[in-house]
Amino acid sequence: MAKRKLSGSDIVIQSLIDAGVDTVFGYPGGAVLPIYDALFTQNRLKHVLVRQEGGAVHMAEGYARSTGKLGVVLVTSGPGATNAVTGLTDALMDSVPVLCLTGQVPTHLIGNDAFQEADTTGITRPCTKHNYLVKDVNDLAKVMREAMYVAQSGRPGPVVIDLPKDVLINETGYDTASKPAAKHKTYRPRIKGDSAKIREAVTLIANAKRPLFYCGGGVINSGKRGSKLLTEFVRKTGYPITLTLMGLGAFPATDKKFLGMVGMHGTYESNLAMHDCDVMINIGARFDDRVTGLISEFAPNSKKIHVDIDPSSINKNVAVDVPIIGDCASVLADMIKVWKEMKPKRDTKALNAWWAQIEKWRKRDCLRYKPSKELIKPQYALERLQALTKNRDTYITTEVGQHQMWAAQFLKFDQPNRWMTSGGLGTMGYGFPAAIGVQMAHPKATVIDVAGEASFLMNIQEMSTAVQYRLPVKVFILNNEYMGMVRQWQELLYGGRYSESYTASLPDFVKLAESYGAAGLRATKPSEVDDVIKEMLNNDRFTIADIAIDKSENCFPMIPSGAPHNEMLLGPEDEAEQPVSEEGMVLV
Amino acid sequence: MESIERHTIAVLVDNEAGVLARVIGLFSGRGYNIESLTVAEVDPESAISRITVVTSGTPMIIEQIKAQLDRLVPVHQISDLTDGGASVERELALVKVRGTGNKRVEALRIADIFRARAIDSTNNSFVFEISGSTEKLDAFINLMRPLGLVEISRTGAVAIARGAKGI
Repeated sequence: MAKRKLSGSDIVIQSLIDAGVDTVFGYPGGAVLPIYDALFTQNRLKHVLVRQEGGAVHMAEGYARSTGKLGVVLVTSGPGATNAVTGLTDALMDSVPVLCLTGQVPTHLIGNDAFQEADTTGITRPCTKHNYLVKDVNDLAKVMREAMYVAQSGRPGPVVIDLPKDVLINETGYDTASKPAAKHKTYRPRIKGDSAKIREAVTLIANAKRPLFYCGGGVINSGKRGSKLLTEFVRKTGYPITLTLMGLGAFPATDKKFLGMVGMHGTYESNLAMHDCDVMINIGARFDDRVTGLISEFAPNSKKIHVDIDPSSINKNVAVDVPIIGDCASVLADMIKVWKEMKPKRDTKALNAWWAQIEKWRKRDCLRYKPSKELIKPQYALERLQALTKNRDTYITTEVGQHQMWAAQFLKFDQPNRWMTSGGLGTMGYGFPAAIGVQMAHPKATVIDVAGEASFLMNIQEMSTAVQYRLPVKVFILNNEYMGMVRQWQELLYGGRYSESYTASLPDFVKLAESYGAAGLRATKPSEVDDVIKEMLNNDRFTIADIAIDKSENCFPMIPSGAPHNEMLLGPEDEAEQPVSEEGMVLV
Repeated sequence: MESIERHTIAVLVDNEAGVLARVIGLFSGRGYNIESLTVAEVDPESAISRITVVTSGTPMIIEQIKAQLDRLVPVHQISDLTDGGASVERELALVKVRGTGNKRVEALRIADIFRARAIDSTNNSFVFEISGSTEKLDAFINLMRPLGLVEISRTGAVAIARGAKGI
């Protein structure tokens, strides 16, 4: 195909279209005006105008995580780029494929402290998987292709391309038919796991007496096939499985083999199984400190298998016995193959005893709470939300804090890509824009942001976006008028001195919604919860449901910081018994 | 506690803008030590630079450093010269010494023992060029100190594996 002459801006747009991108989240400004002009004259790429660039990145994250595709952001230079930094860091921590195009002052002005100039590649270097500054329009098409490849392959992550204005205006030839180079010259993620290691792992799995699958977001990132293979393998072995916050949905929550989430606010049975297991099969999780608790007493008697596509995740926090570098889906497929060949004889006696022990732990019913007729318990509200949404095509996002942990405990995910939460970075304000991104990708689905009132306020400006694009996103606020998790820690660790954790001067969320032409609902008594949820679900427009919950409820179970898994607090009655160690106090 | 080890790591990178910042940022951002770092282009045709970094940490940290470096997109290859069999390591220093009379004679005599060359000379000063192991350079500099040491410029270590095989 003959090369056409295109401007840098047209190359940006054409490259996105050629890569199958259909939606861009962005905000215009001086340096990116040429791209916005190119957007204006085409109709294949849909642009979603956000209200602050931070919102754009979270929207792209929501879009990406609910589809498995690339999320694309377009922002201007200077403040546009710096506002995107939180979202980029969030995407890096949670391995979300995001391409962020930033405007830049023209090349001859770079370094001159020009208007709206910032050292974007410098600022974003530590918070991206990779970044580029394109100084010549002739490099642009190649950089666009490479950036999209880097963002989506291996361990996915955010990639920034900084685009000086003159590069956007200059013209060069562009060949739509040109394919990316077969192999990148330096970047080559390993997909296939080492077969000897896989055999060693399967042998260990087959001979386990107290096995536990511990799986995370890596399974979800390896595509729907990853979750399918994981489910197949777990069911073949008949072993118990726990999932991290990022992994929820990788294995059906309604399956009895699922013990619930692991970690600081995970279930009693999951955490004790982690502590007592003899073979831990970690697939696509990274031994995060929220999962391990006190490292020195983490699963002390276990052999550990660790499958991860990122070699730097292996032996970072916890030394493992069988490391396997590769894509979760690929390694799982190989494991299943070896398992079938091996036809292993398992120690059924030991396994039965292990399951009996797990059932004993399960009987503690660690998520139990004291119901109330007067006050809406957050757990109750979520149980009702779960019950009333389970037959719908539902996607859940969350903000960060108590409500996030309750949502992780009480909502059940049977499929991957249905649960979008800020796990690694813990970004308050993530959930609402993420929900908008999810809804853009799934216009007909029910998309709910389970929120706290404080987090919702952090990106509340995006209400305007939701209304403009007629997105029927639901914001389900568990409103306790506190930064609940901060207050909980102050109660448990700081003698109840609630320093600055009260959310004063809250708006009337019902009126606020109405002022945008959206629907506002409120529940203040348990008896109103069902009606509010039903009305919220039946609304075909943007809806805020303000659920006034018990202000003093705390999130349990909880592993206090600096404690091992077998020292969980199951409820308020445990609080007094175990003071947190000095070592624990310095941890976050 | 695991013991702290000193490792010399060679990193082959694309010689592109910002690549050194990526490597240095990785070390500072993750709290790793840099004892010395040298960088220069070694293959102008394919624009490849070699970074030699001397670092220290527990074996688990050293493994992390290598994995993190390898993860950077413009990195071609990592080679741990401390782990990967025998290697030779050299550093170069320029050492300025000021003095007259006996001290001046003594400085020249010691320089001769260390096979340092005087590459600049005035009536009351020398600039010596010395190369060798980091320890040898340290020893030389310590001996120059009482003889009128004025200024030191050191390159940091460069290293290469012994034998016929390349990295």
